[in-house]
Amino acid sequence: MASVAISVNGNTVQVEAEPETPLLWVLREHLKLTGTKFGCGEGLCGACTIHLDGVAVRSCKTPIAKAQGKKITTIEGLSANGDHPLQKAFIAEQVPQCGYCQSGQIMQAAALLTKNKHPKREQIVAHMNGNICRCGTYQRIVRAIQRAAKEA
Amino acid sequence: MNKRSNPGILETTVSRREFLAGMGGLTFTIALGGGLLGRASGALAAEPAARLSAWVTIGTDDIVTMTVPAAEMGQGTLTSLALILAEELDADWSKVKAVFAPPNPKVYGNPHPLLNGGQASLASIAIAGYYKPLRINGAQARRVLLDAVAARWEVPVGELTTDSNKVVHAKSGLRIAYGEIAKFATVPAELPKIGESDLKKPAQFRLIGRQDIGRIDVPSKVNGSAVFGIDVQVPGMVYASVLESPMEGAKAENVNAADAMKVPGVTRVIPLPFGVAVLGTTVEATRAGRAVLKAKVTWNTTGVDAAKFDSEKARQEYDRDGRDPNAKPLEWFKKGDGAAALGRATKVLEGTYASEHCYHAQMEPMNCVAKVAADGQSAEIWTGTQFGALAAGVASGILKTTPDKIRVHSQLLGGGYGRRIAPDIIAQAVVIANVSKQTVKLILTREDDMAAARPRPMTHHIIKAGLDAGGNLIGWHHRIVAENVDAIAAPPRFKASGGKDLIGWRGLELPHYSIPNALAEGVREIRGMRVQPFRGIGAGHNKFAVESFLDEVAQAKGVDPLALRLELTKDDARANAVIRAAAEMSDWKRKRKGRGLGIAFSEYHDTLAAGVAEVSLDRKTGKIRVHNYWVAVDPGLVVQPENVHAQLEGGSVFGLSVALIEELTFKNGAVVQSNFHDYPVLRMSDMPQIHTRIVASNAPPTGMGEIGVMPVAPAIANAVFQLTGKRLRHLPMSPQRVKKALA
Repeated sequence: MASVAISVNGNTVQVEAEPETPLLWVLREHLKLTGTKFGCGEGLCGACTIHLDGVAVRSCKTPIAKAQGKKITTIEGLSANGDHPLQKAFIAEQVPQCGYCQSGQIMQAAALLTKNKHPKREQIVAHMNGNICRCGTYQRIVRAIQRAAKEA
Repeated sequence: MNKRSNPGILETTVSRREFLAGMGGLTFTIALGGGLLGRASGALAAEPAARLSAWVTIGTDDIVTMTVPAAEMGQGTLTSLALILAEELDADWSKVKAVFAPPNPKVYGNPHPLLNGGQASLASIAIAGYYKPLRINGAQARRVLLDAVAARWEVPVGELTTDSNKVVHAKSGLRIAYGEIAKFATVPAELPKIGESDLKKPAQFRLIGRQDIGRIDVPSKVNGSAVFGIDVQVPGMVYASVLESPMEGAKAENVNAADAMKVPGVTRVIPLPFGVAVLGTTVEATRAGRAVLKAKVTWNTTGVDAAKFDSEKARQEYDRDGRDPNAKPLEWFKKGDGAAALGRATKVLEGTYASEHCYHAQMEPMNCVAKVAADGQSAEIWTGTQFGALAAGVASGILKTTPDKIRVHSQLLGGGYGRRIAPDIIAQAVVIANVSKQTVKLILTREDDMAAARPRPMTHHIIKAGLDAGGNLIGWHHRIVAENVDAIAAPPRFKASGGKDLIGWRGLELPHYSIPNALAEGVREIRGMRVQPFRGIGAGHNKFAVESFLDEVAQAKGVDPLALRLELTKDDARANAVIRAAAEMSDWKRKRKGRGLGIAFSEYHDTLAAGVAEVSLDRKTGKIRVHNYWVAVDPGLVVQPENVHAQLEGGSVFGLSVALIEELTFKNGAVVQSNFHDYPVLRMSDMPQIHTRIVASNAPPTGMGEIGVMPVAPAIANAVFQLTGKRLRHLPMSPQRVKKALA
């Protein structure tokens, strides 16, 4: 088995995994960063969304080989104390229900706000449309993103 | 064991023994289900081995820990049940923690008639069932604190009051924190008697009904620290995947174990009655091994009835069976004489409706960690389940031991919606752990999760209504044809009821409409489909038929659909009020160019709701667009207003998804779809603006998990009728079906 060095939330870590192993499983099961969720394994639901060099990607379709040399950020590393404007806004708007998709939603939204500080509603919807929320919190997700944009 | 700390809550991985022994505080208990009031044990904190479990524990650090008997799957009961306890205890909400109760129905059972003392999280009955016993328990705990302080300060207990985690003696100005009292108080062998008059009046509530109290699980769900079943890791565990059998009784053939074993990390391939298990040292190894098997496996379905099931064909057969003169329907709801009324009606209307199988699509694929003791006589299970007591029962059956030998570590559920009632995957994990003699973390692939769907049943409805010469609705006859959910989900209850489907037929009854003669009945199909409860329960599909057909009646009478519903509920103030509220919110009478409005009303376990949908239609593609959806709800006394709104929104979205998109089809008994590309669910781009309103009433509090689902589909169908004059009779109202209906 190969030994691969990756940078996760500012730390360089060594993991024993084949280069084609999806980053999702390396994060969750090897590194115990379980905030990133498994939903579909095919890049269809967005539950596993993380950042590679600040860009939102589906970790279930990202082999660790592709993450080498890049900065990986997970929900655990999004902010120092869970106080990213989006995290505060998701609490203020009481967004999560079961909560399973929410890490992915927040990571997807965070990438949007990085490149577009004040997205219009249609831009939010277009950017977030790959992230499924089965509990149906979409309306509150939009409100929380708008709130975060305003309060950031 | 996973020992991460979650801000504020959820010490779900701490065992009861550790928990009680570690608190060094006061523990109050009450037995529910049987003799409700006043039975309790002594000071449990000093006796961690006692069999009864605690509801309320007050630590010497002033932290109040509430043991919540229901699972948390997004419905919010971890907060709302703790809030009810905290209200009568006069606890400081900022010092309240909530932990999950272990499965122990004798202590934690829900007295609601549907469960009758059983402990499960389903059918939106946690608030309704636990409201009163939790208040009484909170009040008892408060009284114990008061008595202890009265004795210590030598003042009459009547001079003491409580205020936010403190006992107060107004005369002397003395105050003492609950945590201080916990250092000296003892719990009497028999807890104080508390009657209705000892409880707070709603006007005295400080916590119940507060707008500004959020859910206690929310902070952990925005920073990745919330622990779901799939997040659990146990020392020494291996991973497992199961290539799921497509139906009960199908046997795997061409099991290519040799090639699967070549995958690095795969350690075992075990054919089992429910599929083929692949064990390995990593998740990725088991997934790769499973893929190798999947490429070649075939399923022998000789003698398996379900293998004959084909969705397309079944639709025709259900209609035939419903109209068969020799059909033997079982009665579900009866008022007056529906058949006789239809006989003397001057005009009889008939409508047929149908709905397809639906898949729960909970975002967390089914999973379970199981550890079986070396002697095979006990086990530990880590999972998110709606029915821990059933899980313990099934696991003990597999191991031929007793349920008390099964320890269930309840975790958060990444969606339940009914899917996490059936213990199928828990049973699989226990079997694999037992056979392999290893601690196993079983995670299904999404594809297997869908192959092992426990769907909402396919249903067919034939409804008749009779009008007299004056156009009055005098008779109603509703016949549903479907596989019976209760026969599969709750066989003993199904037998006891004589074969009535308490789950699948729910919602055929019409308790709020003043139709003098009504009969609702069911014809059973036995096809081997593994149908299970689904968000909305039977009412989720039945109200589509009922409320759509009621629009047909309105049309035949030449009256406004809103006016008909108001007329039918004129003696039912609560129902009438939610219908009026939805109409007002939507500005019902205002016509919109190119858009239609439709209204529907539903009840579920005494929660009432009415919704109005505003839709437009792309006639070329057949795609329905819902622009606005207004929904009003009366859940009786409101425990957590913000969560009531959230549940209503979420239920409406779920309702939109099953109304417009979701269709799980079967071919030769196997599910055709495999992931979200061919089983899409509603995404953000298809969202209408959802407008919610709570209609206050003095009724006791009732549940919110299901009710959002029901009015959506019929409101949309009725809106499409208003817009096009065409009636949509089949769920989902997919573009293909809409185009066919318009043609």
